[in-house]
Amino acid sequence: MSTRNLAKDQPDSFSFTGEHKARIEKIIAKYPDGYQASAVIPILDLAQRQEGWVTKPAIDVIADLLDMPVIRVLEVATFYTMFNLHPVGKCHVQVCTSLSCWLRGSDDVVKAFNDKLDIKLGETTTDGAVTLSEVECAGACVNAPVVAVGDDYYEDLTYEAMSKLIDDIKAGKTLAPGSAVGRQGAEPEGNRTSLKTDPTQTTPMQDLAVAKQKYEESQDAARKAKENA
Amino acid sequence: MPKLTIDGVEIEVDPGVTILQAAEYAGAEIPRFCYHDRLSIAGNCRMCLVEVEKSPKPVASCAMPVGEGMVVHTKSEKAVKARNGVMEFLLINHPLDCPICDQGGECDLQDQALAFGNDKGRFVEQKRAVKDKYMGPIVSTVMTRCIHCTRCVRFIDEIGGVAEIGATGRGEDTEITTFLEQSLTSELSGNVVDLCPVGALTNKPYAFTARSWELRKTESVDVMDAVGTNIRVDSRGGEVMRVLPRLNEWINEEWLADKSRNACDGLKYQRLDQPYIRRDGKLQPAEWSEAFDAIAEKLNGVAGQKIGALVGDTVDCESTLALKDLMTALGSANLDCRQDGAAIDPSVRASYLFNTTIAGIEEADSILLIGTNPRKEAPILNARIRKRFLAGGVNIGVVGEAADLTYVYDHISDSADALSKIVDGSHPFAQVLKDSERPMLVIGMGALTRADGAAVLGAGYAIAEFTGMVSGDWNGFNVLHTAAARVGALDVGFVPGEGGKDTQGILEGASSGDIQVVYLLGADELDTAKLNDAFVIYQGHHGDAGAHVADVILPGAAYTEKNGTYVNTEGRAQLGQRAIFPPGDAREDWTIIRALSERLGKTLPYDSLEQVREKLRETSPGFGHIDDVAATEWEQFGESGSIEASAFTYQVSNYYQTDPISRASRTMAQCTQDFVMGKTEKATGTHG
Ligand code: SF4
Ligand code: FES
Ligand code: FES
Repeated sequence: MSTRNLAKDQPDSFSFTGEHKARIEKIIAKYPDGYQASAVIPILDLAQRQEGWVTKPAIDVIADLLDMPVIRVLEVATFYTMFNLHPVGKCHVQVCTSLSCWLRGSDDVVKAFNDKLDIKLGETTTDGAVTLSEVECAGACVNAPVVAVGDDYYEDLTYEAMSKLIDDIKAGKTLAPGSAVGRQGAEPEGNRTSLKTDPTQTTPMQDLAVAKQKYEESQDAARKAKENA
Repeated sequence: MPKLTIDGVEIEVDPGVTILQAAEYAGAEIPRFCYHDRLSIAGNCRMCLVEVEKSPKPVASCAMPVGEGMVVHTKSEKAVKARNGVMEFLLINHPLDCPICDQGGECDLQDQALAFGNDKGRFVEQKRAVKDKYMGPIVSTVMTRCIHCTRCVRFIDEIGGVAEIGATGRGEDTEITTFLEQSLTSELSGNVVDLCPVGALTNKPYAFTARSWELRKTESVDVMDAVGTNIRVDSRGGEVMRVLPRLNEWINEEWLADKSRNACDGLKYQRLDQPYIRRDGKLQPAEWSEAFDAIAEKLNGVAGQKIGALVGDTVDCESTLALKDLMTALGSANLDCRQDGAAIDPSVRASYLFNTTIAGIEEADSILLIGTNPRKEAPILNARIRKRFLAGGVNIGVVGEAADLTYVYDHISDSADALSKIVDGSHPFAQVLKDSERPMLVIGMGALTRADGAAVLGAGYAIAEFTGMVSGDWNGFNVLHTAAARVGALDVGFVPGEGGKDTQGILEGASSGDIQVVYLLGADELDTAKLNDAFVIYQGHHGDAGAHVADVILPGAAYTEKNGTYVNTEGRAQLGQRAIFPPGDAREDWTIIRALSERLGKTLPYDSLEQVREKLRETSPGFGHIDDVAATEWEQFGESGSIEASAFTYQVSNYYQTDPISRASRTMAQCTQDFVMGKTEKATGTHG
């Protein structure tokens, strides 16, 4: 990561679409009077959804809307790396290269982009279709390696799986999010390896009761031993 | 009240006090960077770590409230080791460029590194570097030095009232900046330089001109506005290098306004350093004796009532008194210190003072501003109003043009005649004032310099009476002056005597021939064209408007070059001290008048500054209470008359240039460019 600044080339103006305006009203209404500034993150997100990135005119508009000093909005926009301060391609792929993903082969995932689209981390294809960004832990380590496209995660990737996804992106197909090996949620691949007993028979609460009783017994024994001595 | 033990000292403090504050009472000093007692608590530098018994980790004492029975160690091995660690981390990303840093010698980081730093660094990786940011003509930045204490961010937001500095990015990439590197628009922006504990923000005009240890420090009083900010003048040789604030809880706390801080380079330019006499239409250098001769010759045979004298805005009381005595000896009653023609009633002292006092603002619960923009006329006083505003529970009303005052107010009207509605109670704000325990009003010079100024003053009196602003120990009636010399000169009685002419009268007399000689003591804010036909004696320090029309120029001393008494808008007399000598042949002003009186055969009865001050004390009781506000009687004043239905205009349109010194200052010229002409150009060069 390096210093995050606003892009040099900026559009002249920004205004929210009617649909977004209605949502903004609802978002602001969630907060008590006078605390509308709390809505800044969801509203920045809306602006990004509308334009693909957060523009300076958008920051001005939001500052105005929430009655915040413009520097405060800039602080938030630069703090969160999820806000794109520069234009991105139509499809924005965020690949996790943090520890778990790296151990499980995120380098191969990145290589798929090098080979198929001739882009490296932080680059956009010349036709502006795909941008590849590197992100820190996406919070889905259990299904590493992981990439995010828009709001969806694509997990358990390999070089091949990623290559296929890239083909689908190029062909404009709708992608099927989730695990590439068909895992459900965070369950293990194949059969379950733990938590096999019936949870209704030994609940953690019961375990605790047993442990407590054992503990008290040992305390009692210790006290008695002391008294006898 | 919680009791706790700090370094073995048992102490009882108010609940809610932080460990750091409690330690201060207990006499233990705790190092700090981000904590500042006039700003909100950030708790982000971790330098103030202390050991608290039973707490598993060291505790940031600035952010931790005391608890009953706490046992705190500020100097234990654990505490010191924790600070060592913090210091090591801070120094990792600090450039350690002290030899070329303006903060060197007065740097908190330097001092604390001495106490807590290691002798060697263990960090061998690349240090981070941050691009410098443009923040305007007052503040220069070297952002790699920043330790992200956010004092500047909090100051500009909380005290300055303009949230313009922020911390963008995060973690190692955090950077302190203004939005897209725009200039800071606060009139108090220079204070971030004092607050910055390192050399990240430094005084731009002073950059690389001196090291702090070679400066001579003189405690004095500022004259750029009528607030009487306490300052320290730092000089080297015969030059004022910079001006810093001095702590005074009654007036400026520890702040200083930008003009007062940075107009000091104006002391170097356009100076009058020798007497001049106009010969063949041209001002030519002369000797003191020649100048005095020329005056004596001219005055010979001129009747007293054909002589007029005007006192300017930055003159000390001693000189004002000397000139008054000289004029009286010459038989002239044509004296005035109100260059702007303000309708001030000199006979009732309470009618021209800021009676509430500046610190008193904090107790007010409603404030009515009349024809004044305190942000431009007295930024320090405005900061007090903002402080009061932030404390909550105050109603502020403004009669006059709407402006950004850094607090929320009820804009009653642009127009002056709204006052009548408050006087007769028909405007709701009258009720607000009436219902308040401690209401106050502030009348500005913009209101008093109008043709109907006397009626405005009368309306002020009427409102004060009608809403019960004066009772017991509370006096809510205030006049906010813009001239540092004004209240002092009024106290001295530098106003028309029996049958004497006022400013207007003197100027008109000068064009009609009724007045033949005009003595301007530092008076420049006049329509000097009216003086063309008169013989003008100008005594002052700058070649400004007054000097241009002069026939004889007597070079005087600027405020940093003389010992003088100044009375601020509250009526508080304070002593300014000489930091350097006046340039060339220039002399302290009262001595010039004393010498001239002798040449004119009217020798004034004092030979030393102490004797003049003795006379001052006889003239007005205020001079007997240096640094204090003398009690003032409340009497009736002002005229009842109709107030014209036109908008108030404010006295100060360009905050940065209001007197000869600030007009000669290059820094102030740059600020005028940036803020008044509205042209913010990025500076080029190494610090752009
Ligand atoms: S610039 Fe100075 S005052 Fe501001 S955050 Fe950095 S170190 Fe603190
Ligand atoms: S490391 Fe990639 S999701 Fe956590
Ligand atoms: S002074 Fe306590 S954390 Fe900075």
